[in-house]
Amino acid sequence: MVKIEILDQKDTRSGFGAGLLELGRTNPNVVALCADLTGSLKMDAFKKEFPERFIQTGIAEANMIGMAAGLATGGKIPFTGTFANFSTGRVYDQIRQSVAYSGKNVKICASHAGVTLGEDGATHQILEDIGLMKMLPGMVVINPCDYNQTKAATIAIADYEGPVYLRFGRPKWPVFTAPDQKFEIGKAWHINNGNAVSIFCTGHLVWKAIKAGEILAEMGIEADIINIHTIKPLDKEAVLASVAKTGCAVTAEEHQMNGGLGDSICQLLALNNPKPVEMVAVNDSFGESGTPDELLVKYGLDTVNIVEAVKRVMARK
Amino acid sequence: MKFVKYMSPKHSVKQLQEIACQVRRDIVRMVHAVQSGHPGGSLGCADLLVALFHEVMDYKAKPFKMDGKGEDIFILSNGHISPVLYSTMAHAGIFDVKELATFRKLNSRLQGHPATHEHLEGVRIASGSLGQGLSVATGIALSKQMNNDPKTVYCLMGDGELEEGQNWEAIMFAAHNKVDNLIGIVDFNGQQIDGSTKDIMGLTEIKDKFEAFGWLTLDMDGNNMGNVLEILNKAKSMSGQGKPVLIKMKTDMGAGVDFMMGSHEWHGIAPNNEQLANALAQLPETLGDY
Repeated sequence: MVKIEILDQKDTRSGFGAGLLELGRTNPNVVALCADLTGSLKMDAFKKEFPERFIQTGIAEANMIGMAAGLATGGKIPFTGTFANFSTGRVYDQIRQSVAYSGKNVKICASHAGVTLGEDGATHQILEDIGLMKMLPGMVVINPCDYNQTKAATIAIADYEGPVYLRFGRPKWPVFTAPDQKFEIGKAWHINNGNAVSIFCTGHLVWKAIKAGEILAEMGIEADIINIHTIKPLDKEAVLASVAKTGCAVTAEEHQMNGGLGDSICQLLALNNPKPVEMVAVNDSFGESGTPDELLVKYGLDTVNIVEAVKRVMARK
Repeated sequence: MKFVKYMSPKHSVKQLQEIACQVRRDIVRMVHAVQSGHPGGSLGCADLLVALFHEVMDYKAKPFKMDGKGEDIFILSNGHISPVLYSTMAHAGIFDVKELATFRKLNSRLQGHPATHEHLEGVRIASGSLGQGLSVATGIALSKQMNNDPKTVYCLMGDGELEEGQNWEAIMFAAHNKVDNLIGIVDFNGQQIDGSTKDIMGLTEIKDKFEAFGWLTLDMDGNNMGNVLEILNKAKSMSGQGKPVLIKMKTDMGAGVDFMMGSHEWHGIAPNNEQLANALAQLPETLGDY
């Protein structure tokens, strides 16, 4: 198992804020909209440096998405910012008609996704957003795993013409990917080479998968660990090549089983190379209040759950 | 239809009325041909759209530029009245009039509700799911302000459509942020699918509501071409002064076809052969049928 060092502890939303600020300095067409959560989204620095390109929409997400579609029509590259729950479920029809169907170059940037939002509870802990967004034709769906990857993804999506959903989170989390990396949409990151099992992971659970990989290595199981930061378009080649080698797969994500990364992997494998899969994800349930760590344990999204899933799936080979 | 003598820079009122008459013919023919669509609101808004696209708005019919930089822009929020938009734009030279024959048919760019997906020139946003157009128009108006582009964004909404809450988010935003290059127009025909707006969801006086939100307001007789031009010009003179402008446009649903007027019945149904003949007899062919 390759050794992955922790460089720092930072929240992924701050990676978004840093990426947005850099975009402000390098791309005059980038504008930012926020629905009364500027501090939470870490958009303050952009707002301070580029007040004429920052739009405070108030607590009115539907209007924010519609205006973003209008700004994109007028040639701007709008980045909208609010919590993942209010970025997707609350405004699904606005995104569907005014952004996705209309093919607008809008970047929907969503923080506080998943149970690691913590104490605010299930009203705010959306676990369905990846599914909602990936079902929309033409929508790119990205869920980076740490601060550096989130920053790089934020910068990269400005150069991509079309609607993008960028999902990140609230808690401080290990930083372990390279600073100033180049982010390639749709290109998986091969973290560790192994032949025993494929682990496809996204978002905060990438770190958990790496920790699981270390435990498995001690048990003599070398896992092929692949970070699928772009859930759509899926890096089909990377997934199929890995499973052709390992013959089984575990998926890990902070999302419902229905509609998430695991669901995409299962579809791909069922159509091309049916092999056993186990999914580490939330099983048709809402979250609740608690600390991020407590919630990851209670909802079965921890390192141990990935290890157990590997044992189960290898037994099914 | 009362013909008013009013000379304007490009067309006379009479010429514009003749274009509107052909647009109305097209509307009933298009809806009849596929036995589906929304003739009532389309007929009611024919005068406004002809005035905008053929007289008031400053834009290039060709080539169509999505960003509309340096051009006035029209956004149709109540997308179900697509027939009037398509016919008006085609006669303005934005796309070929012959294409009107494909309305609502398979592989057409003229979808039941307007869409950008099939790359029809003149359409900048999909609409049909109601209540979204004013937000989009506000966003375009903001982009024009950022670009120091002095042109105007017009947005047409239905009156029943104002029941959608998103409108009020946009109405609040546009006033607070001094989006004064935005002219909203509400087609006040008093009808929606299930009956009169009064019965379904009383709007009370919409001008009072918009004024309370910080907009300037005007009344328009939407089926009187002279008044349509006068009020559009007045609205333009009132814009650029720190407030968005709202026009309450009184129209008759079905205007121009007597048996379709005065009721919500013709909101979304197509005429049969006999009704088509009756309607066309009231609408002389002025520019040639598609």
